[in-house]
Parts: sequence; C-alpha cells; structure tokens
Amino acid sequence: MSDAIDRPNAPDVESPAIRKPVSTSSEWTFELIRQYDEEIAKCAAEFGLDTYPNQVEVISAEQMMDAYSSVGMPVGYNHWSFGKQFLSTSKGYQRGQMGLAYEIVINSNPCIAYLMEENTLPMQALVIAHACYGHNSFFKGNYLFRTWTDASAIIDYLVFARNYVSECEERHGVDAVEQILDSCHALMNHGVDRYKRPSPISAAKEALRQEEREEYLQRRVNDLWRTIPKLDEDEDPVKRKKRYPEEPQENLLYFIEKNAPLLETWQREIIRIVRKLAQYFYPQRQTQVMNEGWATFWHYTLLNRMYEKGLVTDGFMLEFLQSHTAVVYQPPFNSPWYSGINPYTLGFSIFIDLRRICEAPTDEDREWFPDIAGTDWVKTLHFAMANFKDESFIQQFLSPKVMRDLKLFAIEDDDMEDSYTVTAIHDEPGYRELREKLARQYNLSYREPNIQVWNVDLRGDRSLMLRHVPVDRVPLGEDTEEVLRHAHRLWGFDVHLESVDEGTVVEEYHCPHPPPLTP
Amino acid sequence: MGMTHIVDRRLNGKNKSAVNRERFLRRYRHHIKKAVAEAVHRRSITDIERGENVSIPKRDIDEPVFHHGQGGHREMVHPGNRDFVTGDRLPKPEGGGQGQGQGNASPDGEGMDEFAFQITQDEFLNFLFDDLELPNLVRKQLKDTESFNYVRSGFSTQGVPAKLDVIRSLRGAHARRLGLGGARRKKIRELEAQLADLKSAPADLDAAFSHDDQIRVLEDEIARLKANVKRIPFIDEIDLRYRQHLKQHKPATSAVMFCLMDVSGSMTQMHKDTAKRFFILLYLFLKKNYKKIDVVFIRHHTSAKEVDEEEFFYSRETGGTIVSSALKLMHKIIDSRYSPAEWNIYAAQASDGDNWNDDSPICGKLLTERILPLVQYFAYVEITPQDHQMLWHEYEQVQAQFPGSFAQQQIADPSEIYPVFRRLFERKAA
Repeated sequence: MSDAIDRPNAPDVESPAIRKPVSTSSEWTFELIRQYDEEIAKCAAEFGLDTYPNQVEVISAEQMMDAYSSVGMPVGYNHWSFGKQFLSTSKGYQRGQMGLAYEIVINSNPCIAYLMEENTLPMQALVIAHACYGHNSFFKGNYLFRTWTDASAIIDYLVFARNYVSECEERHGVDAVEQILDSCHALMNHGVDRYKRPSPISAAKEALRQEEREEYLQRRVNDLWRTIPKLDEDEDPVKRKKRYPEEPQENLLYFIEKNAPLLETWQREIIRIVRKLAQYFYPQRQTQVMNEGWATFWHYTLLNRMYEKGLVTDGFMLEFLQSHTAVVYQPPFNSPWYSGINPYTLGFSIFIDLRRICEAPTDEDREWFPDIAGTDWVKTLHFAMANFKDESFIQQFLSPKVMRDLKLFAIEDDDMEDSYTVTAIHDEPGYRELREKLARQYNLSYREPNIQVWNVDLRGDRSLMLRHVPVDRVPLGEDTEEVLRHAHRLWGFDVHLESVDEGTVVEEYHCPHPPPLTP
Repeated sequence: MGMTHIVDRRLNGKNKSAVNRERFLRRYRHHIKKAVAEAVHRRSITDIERGENVSIPKRDIDEPVFHHGQGGHREMVHPGNRDFVTGDRLPKPEGGGQGQGQGNASPDGEGMDEFAFQITQDEFLNFLFDDLELPNLVRKQLKDTESFNYVRSGFSTQGVPAKLDVIRSLRGAHARRLGLGGARRKKIRELEAQLADLKSAPADLDAAFSHDDQIRVLEDEIARLKANVKRIPFIDEIDLRYRQHLKQHKPATSAVMFCLMDVSGSMTQMHKDTAKRFFILLYLFLKKNYKKIDVVFIRHHTSAKEVDEEEFFYSRETGGTIVSSALKLMHKIIDSRYSPAEWNIYAAQASDGDNWNDDSPICGKLLTERILPLVQYFAYVEITPQDHQMLWHEYEQVQAQFPGSFAQQQIADPSEIYPVFRRLFERKAA
C-alpha cells in the first residue's frame, strides 16, 4: 500500500499520540452508534461530502433477508420472483455461505441505510461510513441520479405502487396480475428511456392523476386505432410505407403502455409502475463500479481519518481492515472463485489511484492525466464522481498503474476462430486498448442487446415488429422466444422480432407463429 | 451533523417476504408436490413431520429477458494475468464451449441446473394432503361446531325441582336432624335413666323426701325436650340439594382412528412397515382436520387384542388368522368408549389378505350390519403382490353396499402407499 493511503493527507492532522477512542469494546449501543455517526460526519465534512439526511435503521438478520429479496426496496408489490429471491437468500444465509448484507442503502431522501444487529461496532461504523456518507453522497452528487431519479418521491411512489397492485389483485385476481407483472419484468430492462429525461415520479400526482390518466390513456389508444385511414387501394404507396412509430422506440414498455390496442387500463397502469421502477434503478445499473468504488473509498478514507484523530483503537482498525480487505479482494481469472471483475475492487482502485495521481504524480501520470496530476484531490474525485457513469469513468480515469496492479488482459473470442486470442495486456502498447475494451464492457447497451420498436402494422394484422441490431455479430440468447411470448401477451397481437445486421435480416423470431408467406 | 436519525426497527415485522414466498410456492406447486410425493416414499415414519428440500430445474423458474447468446465476436477483460502476452492464442475448450472463462461454480455447491430450497413442515403437510378430502367430514364438522356437553359440576342449593337430588337432600336433612336434636336426645336419655332409677328406688317413708316431686319434674322436663325434638322439621328448605350441570363445548372436532392389523405368521416385517406407513399417513391426514385424535391399535391373529403402539408394530406372533375377531373387538370398543354421536370414527385395516375362509362372510356381515353404520370411513389395504383371496371378494360386496364409507385398495410395494392413499381419499368429484 502506498504512503498516501496509509496516512491520508487530510486537513488539520492531530498528533496520534492523543488517543481518545469513542469506545473500546466491540459491542454496539444506540448511543455509541450515534457518537460514531457524529464523528464520521465530522470527517466527511472535512472532505466536503454533501449528503442527504441519513436515516439509519437497525434491523435483524431476518429483516435483512426481507430487504435483500425485494431488491432493496423498502416497500414493494408482491410477486413470486421476490419469493424466489428470498428463498435463495435465506438458504445461503442459513448455510453460512453468505455473509448477509454488508449493507443496503436506499436512494431516497432521507437516505435509508440498514444496520444489522448482529454486526460488531467496527462493522457498524464501516457501514455508516460506506452507506450513509459514501453511497449517500454519490446519490446526491452523480449526474445520472440527479437527472433520472427523485430521491424525495421514491418511497411514496413505492407505497402507491404496492397499494395499486394489491387492489388490482383483489379486483382482477392474483393470477391475472401475476401474468402482467411476469411479462413486464421480462421487458423491464427494455423499459427505460436511455436518452430522454423522464418526468420525475410523484406519488401524490400519480394518485391524483391516475383516474384522469385512465380515461386519457384509453382515449388516446382508441384514437390511434380509430383514426387509421381505411385501406385504400389508390393511396400513395409511399405514404402507405410510412412506419409507426416513425422513429424506432427504445422504450418497449412505454410504447406498449401507450399503444397496445387491447390492454385494460389497470394493465397499462401496472406496465407504467414497472417501467417507472426500471427507470429508478437504471442509474444504479450504470454506475455500479463508480458507486461501490466511491463508497469503499470513503469508508476507507473516513475510518483512517478517525484513526488519525485517535478516535478508534488499533483493534478497531484491525477488524475494519479485515472486512475491507475481504470486500476489495479480486480473485484472478483462473481462481475457482473468479466470477468476473469485482466492482468494489475496480472502483476502489481507480479512486485511490486518482488521489495518488493528484497528490504524488509520476511522470507517467503527468503524461496520461495532464489535467489532473498535481491538482486538489478532493475536488478531482468529486468531479469524477459527479459527471460520469461506469463506462465513461473507466474510459477517463483507469490509469496504467491500476491496470498493472490488477494485471488486466483482454481475451478475444470469435466464433469464426478455433482459439482465443490475447489482444491486449497491461503493458505500454496495451494500456489504451485495454482501457477502451474494459470501458465498453460496462456500456449497458453493449451488455444488453439493442432492441427497439420498429413498426406496427396499423392497417393489417396489428402486429408489432421489433428490431434487434446486433453488435459484433452477437446473436440473441435462448430466452428470446420466451420473452417474445411475454411481449405478445402485452401487445395482444402477433409480435415479430428481426435481427438486422447491416441491412440484412440474419434471424427472425415470431410469436405466436410465422407470418404467412406473401406470394 | 445532527442530520442522522437512528431508528430501531428490530421489533417491526419480519416476514415481510412471507407473501412473496407463498406466491412462489403457489406458482411452483406442481414441482413441489412431486418432491413431496417422493419424500413420503423415502422418509422413515418417525420424521414424517418436518420440512423438505425441494429442487426445481432452474430453467423452469428463470425469468427470461433479452440477452446475448453465444457466438459472434466478443472481448472480455480479466484480472490476474500471469504470463500471457499480446497475440497469444489459447485453444478453446473441447466440445465447442464458447464464451466461457467466466467462473461457473455454483455458489451453493449444488448443480447449476437446480434451484433448491426448503419448505417447512406445515407446507410439507399442506402439499402432501392437497386435493385430499376426508370423506363425510363436512357433515360431522357442522354438527360438531354447535354441540355441547353438559357435565356435572357438583351440587347447588338452588335449582329447578326436576334437578332435585332426593338422596342428597334427605341425607342432608338427616344430618341436620341429628345435629340439631342430638344434645336434647342425649339429655332425654339421661333424664329417662334418672326417672327409671327414681321409680325403681324404694319409696322413702318421709314424705318430705318423696320421689313424686322429682318424678314430676323429670317427666315435665322430658316431655318438654321431646316436644322440642319433635319440632325439628323432617326436611327443611336448607336441606334441598340440586344437581348442577355446566354447559361445556365439546372438543371442536375429535376423531378416533382404529388401526387394525393382522399380525399372524404370514405378515412379515415388510408388510408391517408398509402398513405402518399407511397408518401414519392416515394419522397425519386426520391431524390436519381434527383437533383431537385418539388412536386405538388392535392387532389380531386368531384372536384380537387392544395394544399400545410399540406392541402393535413390533411384537411377533404366529398362527392363523381370524379377521372377525378384530372387528368384533373394534365394535366393542366403540360401544364402550366412542359414541358415534361424539366421535368421528375412522378405521384402517391392513392385512396380507389371509383369512380363514369360513370367517370372511362373518367379517362382511359385521361390517355392513354393525360397524359401517357407525363410522365415517373404513379403509382396507391389502398388502400383497399376489392374487386376492376370499376376504377381498367379501369386502368387494361391502364396498358395493357402502360406497361412501368403505374403500379397499391393494398395495404390492411400499412405493405404492402414497398413490393408494390418495386414491382412497381422493376428493370426490361433486
């Protein structure tokens, strides 16, 4: 570990000789948690971390399992998939294979963080630093969260969604609601606006306008189908070729909600709920490395700062460091425990190195990061946190040193070749290529197939045509037919999906059946 | 600072996931039922009442999403390079596996293709007995919910004449009379003794010492006391005792289960084990429906005996078989202990089919005339892979007469118990 890490060069360093630890035992009490939080908050303020107010909730292990299985939503509608999640979580926990929930923190205002009662005091302090000051400041500062989520409204919206879904279950039956939810979940990843900023969600408005919307939605859909001109033989063939929608639509759920001919209003509302939640989680999916890296960097930095101030004991630090080391452990590619790059490790390494580049730049750093080397590290880190997502963050800030430390290398797998090829490693000629490849790996539109609404056959059989544009010839997976069945359930008429690579249809999927051959 | 709010949520409800868990079980009930059915075959009887591990093929519970398939061209960055240099070519694994290099080790050490989880004992039993229905349960249950017992609860000094307890009242009166008159009677006896003495004593010549005055005084006193005693009433209101009864709810639903088993020489331990499983199933099944269940074990060879569970299953006998002896005993026990008005009576009989031929018609007669009118359901299982004998054919006629409360099935192999059990207790199509 570098010197800079072991002795953070923070403002007003007191002499470590004056040790007045907050506590010496590892048993926590509410009073001690409050004291630690106060001290951590002071340290966070020294570094200019801007956070929402915190709400720390102490919960039991069972409650943590509950929280786990509802993907961290403090309130959620009922669905079997959450039950499945719960079963696998509780099984893993009972067998002791899984340390439960390091932390769960919710992007809300106030920011809710859960502490588990079984944890020791150093662990509680770690979680407070990590979640209440790390993640919290990320939620408040990162541009994606600022743009796409409304922290003050989410809890109320979740309550609205839960109540709405359970009302629907009462009125239309559990099965009918479950079917719609299943289908929505299948398309959830394709139910987000990637570029267009959505209007913020507000539970009050949702409830208020929901009836209004009911009528409005239905009328709109009816209008769309009613105003279709009768098929006219004399019509201008060019005009007839005009597609609907005119531009491909990336948000499949939105398109279906607004245009599916046969859906009932409550079904549209449920699509809307799933879509809104997908949108709420979308920033988290795009900033996993940054978010975890940032939180890990800050628990590390803040607790070290506490140590400097003499507020924690050596024993505390040993326990803390043991947990910290476990969190940022990266098994190598050939380890039986390897399951991809650990986002905590990657993010933490980049932020730590960024600080080093600011504080003690080498010639290499000056060459690679001329704008950053030697600058104020706190400002630079905040800038990096606020204005990027994983892809651009890696592209911008992954340094040669981190690539060397992690010993990164890129492997090419081409189905036309008999063997894999090592295309870049952590050496001078490889750095840029490696960085680019790793950045691309975190681009969601590279990780998930690009599928958009292409056309609706308004005059004919009302079928929905989706278009997949493959990247690097990567085809769609084996779930495709199944997902299409869900799309068909929502759309109500035939659904087709074409993979179109450079103007050529390379693959077709149809639900429920292939279209008749046109003579 | 001061911005943090610390809340203790530990006392808030856990089990927030209970509904979702229940939804999951509901959705995959067919898979779970299958697992439960297999577990019943496999498990030993003593631990039938616990949860069960269930595995479901992962592909059945996957939530499909659009994702990339195999093939095409892709690049992945990995950590921990040791000696690769740019341009190295590495052979792909045999079998055309592509896009690997991702560790595929299952986190729980189970097959990657299985989703395994646990269901609780209650869930296990629910799945086990799903779709099964206790015959005629509804009728009995309805009756039971409004039935009361009047039980004696001592005596009271108030009540209606109909409940007057004559003996106790008279006994009380007698005691009272003794109590009130005792001292006076004693006195009377004393005075009478004195009187007799005086009368028998020789008369004194001196008139001043004449006995007459004393005799008169004594006689007056005696007469007064006797009149006093006589005034004590033979029976008084405070002597009256009335029988007191309390209205008591009968146990909500109670059932008695008769286990009848042939233990003659031809029944091997295998037969008994099979029978035992069947009885246990029936017991668990009844337990789901009745609060209180008595179990009566009757074993028989040529004669029948009521025994405890241990002896029922594990002691050995030899000799021939007279099934009717068990039926007779059962009827006797019902008569003395289990009035059909208060008990739901179930019986399960297990045998290998052996019986003295002369006895089988007697069995049929006993069942149709005396037992079946009293019981909710009588199930007979014949544990034999062989052809049926006389008893079975006799019972076939019984079944024809009492299709609603008698059923018989054959079990050739322990693995058939559960299916047979289900067949016997299948929900009858309405």
